[in-house]
Amino acid sequence: MNIVVTVKQVPDTWAEKKLDASDRTTDRKSVDNVMNEMDEYGVEEALRIKEAHGGEVTVVTMGPQKAVETIRKALSMGADKAVHLTDDALHGSDALQTSKALAKVIATLSPDLVITATEASDARGGVMGALLAERLGLPQLTLARKVTVDPAAGTVQIERQADNGYALVEASLPAVVGVVEKINEPRYPSFKGIMAAKKKPLTTLGVGEAGLDASEVGLASAGSKVDDAEPRPPRQSGTIVKDEGDGGAKIAEFLATQKLI
Amino acid sequence: MLDSDFVEVVGAVRRFVRDRVVPLENEIEQRDEIPAAIREQAAGMGLFGFAIPEVYGGLGLSMSEEVRLVFELGWTTPSFRSMFGTNNGIAGHVLLEGATDAQKKEYLPRIAAGEWTASFALTEAEAGSDPSGLATTARRDGDGWVIEGSKRYITNAPVADVFMVFARTDPDAPAHKGITAFMVEAGTPGLSVGPRDHKMGQAGAWTADVYLDGVRVPASTLIGGEEGVGRGFATAMRCLAHGRIHIAALCVGMAQRLVEETVNFAAARQQGGHPIGEFQLIQGLIADSATDLYAARALVLDAAARFDDGTDTRVGPSAAKYFASEAVGRVADRAVQVHGGAGYIRGVPVERFYRDARLFRIYEGTSQIQQVIIARQLLREAADRAS
Ligand SMILES: Cc1cc2nc3c(=O)[nH]c(=O)nc-3n(C[C@H](O)[C@H](O)[C@H](O)COP(=O)(O)OP(=O)(O)OC[C@H]3O[C@@H](n4cnc5c(N)ncnc54)[C@H](O)[C@@H]3O)c2cc1C
Repeated sequence: MNIVVTVKQVPDTWAEKKLDASDRTTDRKSVDNVMNEMDEYGVEEALRIKEAHGGEVTVVTMGPQKAVETIRKALSMGADKAVHLTDDALHGSDALQTSKALAKVIATLSPDLVITATEASDARGGVMGALLAERLGLPQLTLARKVTVDPAAGTVQIERQADNGYALVEASLPAVVGVVEKINEPRYPSFKGIMAAKKKPLTTLGVGEAGLDASEVGLASAGSKVDDAEPRPPRQSGTIVKDEGDGGAKIAEFLATQKLI
Repeated sequence: MLDSDFVEVVGAVRRFVRDRVVPLENEIEQRDEIPAAIREQAAGMGLFGFAIPEVYGGLGLSMSEEVRLVFELGWTTPSFRSMFGTNNGIAGHVLLEGATDAQKKEYLPRIAAGEWTASFALTEAEAGSDPSGLATTARRDGDGWVIEGSKRYITNAPVADVFMVFARTDPDAPAHKGITAFMVEAGTPGLSVGPRDHKMGQAGAWTADVYLDGVRVPASTLIGGEEGVGRGFATAMRCLAHGRIHIAALCVGMAQRLVEETVNFAAARQQGGHPIGEFQLIQGLIADSATDLYAARALVLDAAARFDDGTDTRVGPSAAKYFASEAVGRVADRAVQVHGGAGYIRGVPVERFYRDARLFRIYEGTSQIQQVIIARQLLREAADRAS
């Protein structure tokens, strides 16, 4: 199995996220940057599939120079090699442009399976898997809480998480699979893995080397623009409903005002 | 190792300790057991061999690196560290300090991988602070040896795969010159382990007596080969010097956790409409603990650096262990005080750490023994200068 897993470096989940005042892109300088936590599940799943069926796991990321730290984390967990797409021209790319750039890189790797997380904790768009599948012309299975590949039959089957159970969904390989956090427990990098990571092959590509034109990517030609961002409003104090025989009705009323029912 | 690699190693350990072990602290306390999954993950990471050289499958940390790693381990229940503490520490070091190359090659990789848990069996009922008085004997028998005696309070004995046993091989030699170390595998006929001791703290870490009733071992188990005869005591003392800095670092880690627990509690707990942290008497307790922590950490880092460059392998380790273990005792006591009644109640972390911390002033040389080592060494040096 030739498995590609996408990872993204994001501001630490617990850090207060801000926009850079100059161009309203994510401010990465004022915070610690880490591997998107949900990507750890993707990396773990890729490693487990490799351990079961053999093959190779390639990590792909697009991001600034510093994102190499996230690549190294994936390599220290056990991935075999990595491609880092990095170029000043990519700065400020939106999801459409990012998917175009990543798809270009992934296509050159001819994967049997592409694994993504469901979303990244910074922008939480949750669209990258679908965009990649579309651009690569591959079927996509989403919300996988279990993945079973059958390389001989050339299929991948997942348990797709649903509100009240799961659905069994199957696709032919190659395919793009998006995993949820329930799927596994990501391993901690071993000390040996950490030391080996630096010796593993890492390809760094600029926009030109990836076969992209600088005008297709970056803030200037982005299809979406960020005008402003507001911090999340502070939590409102709750409403206390006293049950005087009509508690049920009052709760229903409240839920209706919140447009929840 | 590369500094950038080491930073990542420490980061991985920090996350493992805080995300995986800390949430299980109460369970470990109640069940007096480290969950098997934690043991497996710790072994997978490489925690059983961080102090064992790379050629034998370990990580080969210097003392200066080791203490920075151990600061992280000290953040949680010390029984977690204890699980692999004997492998990296006193027991693994018996092989590192005293074994032949062939013995090292054969046994250290198993110890570093966590395949084997190793115990260090020196203390006896009548020989604790002064182990040179130990009564366990080993006598030649054909081309092997027969060991007779018993050991007390041996960490990890109930789960050990191999014991580093110190026995008297020459009753006529001066007390500390007639002692030899043997490597005895669990299951060797005549070796048995008593019931687990009921300890004050550090639940999840087990100690027990070890009985050696006519245990026959081949000459290949003699640590250091034929040349190792009579060298056991010197080997044990070198292992303990390394171990003392290690324990001192563990005390620093625990003090760090205790200071955090103390400050968080003082900031949140209200009396008379004020957080108790606003009271200057509480601030005094916090400041004293923070200062103890700073002093202990700086001392341990300095002692480790001097140990690495060989300028001080005696006084520094003892001073670090003496000060840091006493300091964490004070810090734990203040933590309980700041918590008020809650500090005396089971289930509250500082209550548990208070009991856990007590051991550090006792094992691997009591505080009094460290004082004796420090003063004697300084007086010896003064005498040398005078003559
Ligand atoms: C939980 C636990 C784990 C342990 N793990 C191990 C292990 O893995 N392997 C192992 O070999 N041992 C182990 N020990 C034993 C430990 O190292 C000894 O308990 C310790 O060295 C003290 O010896 P003792 O208990 O015989 O006390 P004693 O030596 O009898 O000491 C009693 C008191 O006398 C004082 N004292 C003794 N001699 C002097 C002196 N010369 N000058 C001044 N004061 C003195 C001591 O400081 C102490 O206050 C462990 C002990 C415990 C409690």
